[in-house]
Amino acid sequence: MDVIILQLLNGLDKGSAYALIALGLTLIFGTLGVVNFAHGALFMLGAFCAVTLQKILSLSFETVDPTKTDFLGNPAKIKTPYVESWFGPELGSSIIDWSVPLAILFAIPIMIGVGFVMERGLIKHFYKRPHADQILVTFGLAIVIQEVIKQFYGANPIPTPAPDMFKGSFDFGTLLGFDPNVVIYPYWRLVYFFFAALIIAAVFGFLQFTTFGMVVRAGMADRETVGLLGINIDKRFTIMFGIAAAVAGLAGVMYAPINSPNYHMGMDFLVLSFVVVVVGGMGSLPGAVLAGFLLGILESFSSMNEIKQILPGIDQIIIYLVAIIILLVRPRGLMGRKGVMED
Amino acid sequence: MLGLEKKDTSLLIVVAILTMCAPFILNPFPADSALAQFNAGYPDLMQRFVIFGIFAIGFNILFGLTGYLSFGHAAFLGVGSYSAVWMFKLLGYNILPGIFLSVITSGLFALLIGYISLRRSGIYFSILTLAFAQMSFALAYSVLTPLTNGETGLQVYTSDPQYFHSDAMPNIPHLFGQEMQSTYTLDAGAWSFDFNTGYYLCALIMLGMFYLAIRIFRSPFGLMLKAIKTNQTRLNYTGLNPRPYTLAAFVISGMYAGLAGGLMASMDPLAGAERMQWTASGEVVLMTILGGAGTLIGPVLGAGFIKYFENIFSKINDTVLHQWFAFLPDGIEDFLIAIVHPFVGKGWHLTLGLLFMAIVIFLPGGLVEGGQKIARRLGLKKAKDETPAATDTTPAE
Repeated sequence: MDVIILQLLNGLDKGSAYALIALGLTLIFGTLGVVNFAHGALFMLGAFCAVTLQKILSLSFETVDPTKTDFLGNPAKIKTPYVESWFGPELGSSIIDWSVPLAILFAIPIMIGVGFVMERGLIKHFYKRPHADQILVTFGLAIVIQEVIKQFYGANPIPTPAPDMFKGSFDFGTLLGFDPNVVIYPYWRLVYFFFAALIIAAVFGFLQFTTFGMVVRAGMADRETVGLLGINIDKRFTIMFGIAAAVAGLAGVMYAPINSPNYHMGMDFLVLSFVVVVVGGMGSLPGAVLAGFLLGILESFSSMNEIKQILPGIDQIIIYLVAIIILLVRPRGLMGRKGVMED
Repeated sequence: MLGLEKKDTSLLIVVAILTMCAPFILNPFPADSALAQFNAGYPDLMQRFVIFGIFAIGFNILFGLTGYLSFGHAAFLGVGSYSAVWMFKLLGYNILPGIFLSVITSGLFALLIGYISLRRSGIYFSILTLAFAQMSFALAYSVLTPLTNGETGLQVYTSDPQYFHSDAMPNIPHLFGQEMQSTYTLDAGAWSFDFNTGYYLCALIMLGMFYLAIRIFRSPFGLMLKAIKTNQTRLNYTGLNPRPYTLAAFVISGMYAGLAGGLMASMDPLAGAERMQWTASGEVVLMTILGGAGTLIGPVLGAGFIKYFENIFSKINDTVLHQWFAFLPDGIEDFLIAIVHPFVGKGWHLTLGLLFMAIVIFLPGGLVEGGQKIARRLGLKKAKDETPAATDTTPAE
C-alpha cells in the first residue's frame, strides 16, 4: 500500500508538468489549429527565466576586507550581492533565496511577449498551410530557440535551487498512519503539484467564467461564425497564444528546481507532451490535463522494481505504448470531440 | 536509356559524373592554401554525403510522393546499422551479408511499424512514427543492451566468433578483400585528391538507388503515390484502397534507410543508439525539405548541402574569423566577429535552424524550386515550361 501511494505521489509532479505543457499545446491547437513543435522550447525558456532571475539577483560587487586574509595571505575579497546591500542582508538574502518563485512574476510578461511575437511574426502566416509545414517551421524555430539559449548559457545544466524553506521532504506516510520515512515526498514537488493545479484551474476558470473566455470557446467551436458576428477573433486567439506560452513558461519556471535546466530539456518534454495531447484528444483541454496526470502516474508505476522485473524496460516505453494503443483503438483520444482530426 | 526518359537519363548521367568526380570537385583549393578548409574531398565526409543521400532519397519516396511526414525514420537507419554490425560480429568483416541483412531487417521493421502507423494520417501519423522511433531508441538504450550494447554502442571485438573470417582477409570492413578505408591519394602539384574505396562503393550504390527512385517516380505505382498526396479522399471515392500503396512506399523508404545504416556501419563498424533519436529523424526531414521534397534531385542536394555546411561551419572558429577579417580596422573586425561568432563553430545548429525556417517560410519547394525560380528569372526557361512545382500539396477542391 505504501509503495502504491509513493508511486502515485511520484507520478503527480511529472504528470503536472505534462499536463501543463499539454494544456498549452491544446490551447494553441484548439484555437489556432496550429501544431506547435516549439512548445517544448517555450517550457525551456520559462526554466531559463528562473535561471536568469537568479543570476541577476545574485549579481554582486567585491569589497576588500582587510581584517581577513585568504589562503594566499592577500586581503580577502568578499562578494556582496547588490540586493543585499540595498535591502539589508536579511531581506536581501531571502530575496535571492526565493528567486524561483519570484521568477514567476518575471516570466509571465516575458513569456506572453514571446508568445505574441511568435504568433504575429511567424505562426500567423501558417494557418492556411498544411500541418506538415506547421510542424516543420515550428521544429526549425525550436532548434533556433534552443541554440540561442545554448549560446548564452552553455550546454551544461544550471542548478537552480528552490527556497530553503522547501528543501527536505514531507513525511506523507505519518498522516496516513504508516511508519515514518516510508512515504516521503520532497516539499518542492508538492508545491509544484499545487501550483500546476492552480494554473490549470485558473485557465479553466478564465475560459469558463469570463466573457473573453466565452468568446474564445465560441471561436474554438466555430471560428467563422464568431467572426461574422463582428468579433475580432484573431486578436483573441493571439492573446490565447500568449497565455498558452505563459502556461508553458510557468511550468518551466517551477520545474527548474526539480531538474536543473539545460538547453534541450524542452525537446525531451515536447515529444512526451505531444503523446499526452494525442492520448487526451486533440483539442480537448480536460483531456490534456487528465492524460497528463494519468500518463505521469502510469510512468512512475511502471518504474517500480516489481513491475520492471516482470517486464524489463517497460518504464521507458509505457507512454509510447499507451499512445499507440489509444491511437489505434480510439483515435480521437480519451476526451476528444467526435470528428476532430480523427483520420 | 535504361528505360528512362531523355530528361531523366541526363539527370542520372549528371549525378553519376558528379559523384564519380567528387574527389576532384570537392577539393578545388590547394591543400596548403588558406581556403583548404573549404575542401570537402576527404573520404569520411564524402562517404557521409552519399550515405545520407541514400537516406534522403528513400525518405523522399515516402514524404515527397505520398505526403506522409514520418518523424521516425532514423529508427530504420539504426536498425540497419545494428544488423550490419551483428553480421560483422558473427560472420566476419565482409560487408555484403551485413548490407543484405540491414536492408531485410529494416524492411521487416518498417513493415511492422508502417502497418500500424499508416492506419492514421496527417499529424497522427507523424506522432505515431515519432513514438515508435523514440520507443526503439529507449529500448536500444536500456533493455535491449544484450543486442545493442546500450550506451557504449555495438562494436566488433576480437573475441567475437566471425565464423567466415580467414586470416588472409583484412581485419576491417572489406568487400572481398578490398578494404573500405583504403585511400589512394593523388598529388597533383599543390592539390591532393583522395580516392577512397568505401566512397566509391557507396557512390555506386547510391547511383543504383537513385536510378531505382527515378523508376519508382515514373512508374504507375509512383503516380498512385502522387495521387494519394494530392487528394486521398477522391482516390477513396474512385474505389481504390490507398493503404497498400502507402505501406509499400513506407517499406521501400525504410529499406533505403536501412541500407544507409548498413553502409554507415560498413564504413565505420560501430552502431549506437543515438542514430535512432528523433533529432536524427528530424535531420533527414531537414535534408529532404531543404533540397526540395517530391523532386528527384532535391534530397541528394539537401543531404550534400547540410553535411557540407555542417562540416565547414563547425570548423570555423574565432582564429579563422580573425584571419578572414584581418584586413579591416580592429574595431570593425571585432564587431564583425562578434556578429558572426554565434553562427559558426559550435553554433552551426543555429544557422541550420534559421536556414530551415527560411526555407519552409519562403521556399517550400526547397533549393530545387529556388533554382527553378532563378532560372526562370534569367529567362532560361520558356513560359510554357512553368509546370507547377511538384511540392504543391493543396487539394484540388
